[in-house]
Amino acid sequence: MRAQFVLSEIGVGLRRNLTMTFAVIVSVALSLALFGGSLLMSDQVNSMKGYWYDKVNVSIFLCNKSDAESDPNCAKGAITSEQRKQIQTDLDKMPVVDTITHETSDEAYKHYKEQFGDSPLAASLTPDQMQESFRIKLKDPEKYQVIATAFDGRDGVQSVQDQKGILDNLFELLNGMNWAARAVMAMMLVVALMLIVNTVRVSAFSRRRETGIMRLVGASGFYIQAPFIMEAAVAGLIGGGVACAFLLIARYFIIDHGLALSEKLNLINFIGWDAVLTKLPLILATSLLMPALAAFFALRKYLKV
Amino acid sequence: MIRFDNVSKVYAKQTHPALRDVSLEVERGEFVFLVGSSGSGKSTFLRLILREERASQGQVHVLGKDLARISNWKVPQMRRQLGTVFQDFRLLPNKTVAENVAFAQEVIGKSKGEIRKSVPQVLDLVGLGGKEDRMPGELSGGEQQRVAIARAFVNRPKLLIADEPTGNLDPQTSVGIMKLLDRINRTGTTVVMATHDQNIVDQMRKRVIELEKGRLVRDQARGVYGYQH
Repeated sequence: MRAQFVLSEIGVGLRRNLTMTFAVIVSVALSLALFGGSLLMSDQVNSMKGYWYDKVNVSIFLCNKSDAESDPNCAKGAITSEQRKQIQTDLDKMPVVDTITHETSDEAYKHYKEQFGDSPLAASLTPDQMQESFRIKLKDPEKYQVIATAFDGRDGVQSVQDQKGILDNLFELLNGMNWAARAVMAMMLVVALMLIVNTVRVSAFSRRRETGIMRLVGASGFYIQAPFIMEAAVAGLIGGGVACAFLLIARYFIIDHGLALSEKLNLINFIGWDAVLTKLPLILATSLLMPALAAFFALRKYLKV
Repeated sequence: MIRFDNVSKVYAKQTHPALRDVSLEVERGEFVFLVGSSGSGKSTFLRLILREERASQGQVHVLGKDLARISNWKVPQMRRQLGTVFQDFRLLPNKTVAENVAFAQEVIGKSKGEIRKSVPQVLDLVGLGGKEDRMPGELSGGEQQRVAIARAFVNRPKLLIADEPTGNLDPQTSVGIMKLLDRINRTGTTVVMATHDQNIVDQMRKRVIELEKGRLVRDQARGVYGYQH
């Protein structure tokens, strides 16, 4: 196989079909950008869930020394060991409670570090600023109110939180957006594939003289098909590159600058560059292989070898 | 070189066979005319040799190989030993004469050095020395057919298939093409040529195979175009 010959054939093919090639690049870029966006959105949701999200339903946060000074709920001071023991026994008696975990302030600090490791806020925190808490799993997650009425306002209790209630609406929104992105992606993907098939068909037709002669003089099937497949692969790869650039730019403008969500919502743990970068090889590989495969199957129909 | 054993070919969706029970043999180095009216099965006969089609019944052997038994991916290897020439030349209009001939070598992976050597050689053989850089559109019909023959012959095939190579040419030009095919035949290449050209067949006095409605009706050494002559 002479590389120079094949390369010049690809160049000629892509230029002859410039509008089609452009359409393939755009549709591949869009579908893969949506694909990557949907993957990143899942990552974002996971990173926001934190350590306790999937494990418990209700958290009872207990007052610590700094709360005692600043929080009206803790006006009577930090929790005492008697109060703590009382809460534990009361919880044990409640039938709706499935499991109870006691998280000390040191453990809370550790979990916080795991989730928000490199944020400036985490760096300024010390373990004794963290609240100790009871993390409760309910037999029926809807019975949150029972715990709230029993412990809210009790001495030494700072607050009772329905763990999922806070984030669930947001997660539902993100999930919905994710599914919408996937649906659009699937349609774009179909469009991209049909464009590739059509491009190959047009390409095979406009080069039927050449391929006819190649067949007659005994060029191998691979040699005849390679320019078409590589045409599709090159167009796809360009589309994949555009999709990658799009994801990088999107993260930059949504999280760091432009929308700058990381400044406006500094309590949320946003995905880092590494999350974006690890998706890029997958996107590039897909952009190369998917069009090549589509072209290969299209050729079986439109090009006699 | 070529052997047909009771070969029939029925195309899909057609009731009448294009070839019926044809048996014949062509020896190495022969020059064979294939004659018959349109629709008599000449093209099918040639397509079977090139393995563009497969026989419905019977066996086709070309270059000692049973074409029904060679797998699809080996067909290109087989075709490299055949050369093909058509009535409509089938040159690439955007390539020069030399590039057209070189194309046949490039696409089977011949080296540049080999191509540089063999292309001028074969162009000299067909009488086109000095016209390497002309475009096909600038050439006469006869010259274009010479380019096509050069392309078919550049890989030194053992068998040359010509499907009405003089069909688009005037009688005088046709004679030149026939002389060229004769010369190629004398190098040891077997030539099978389908034709309607009565004068040519009568002049050359080579073996004539006649098909009629798919049947082999005549196989005559040193024959003429029709019985009436």
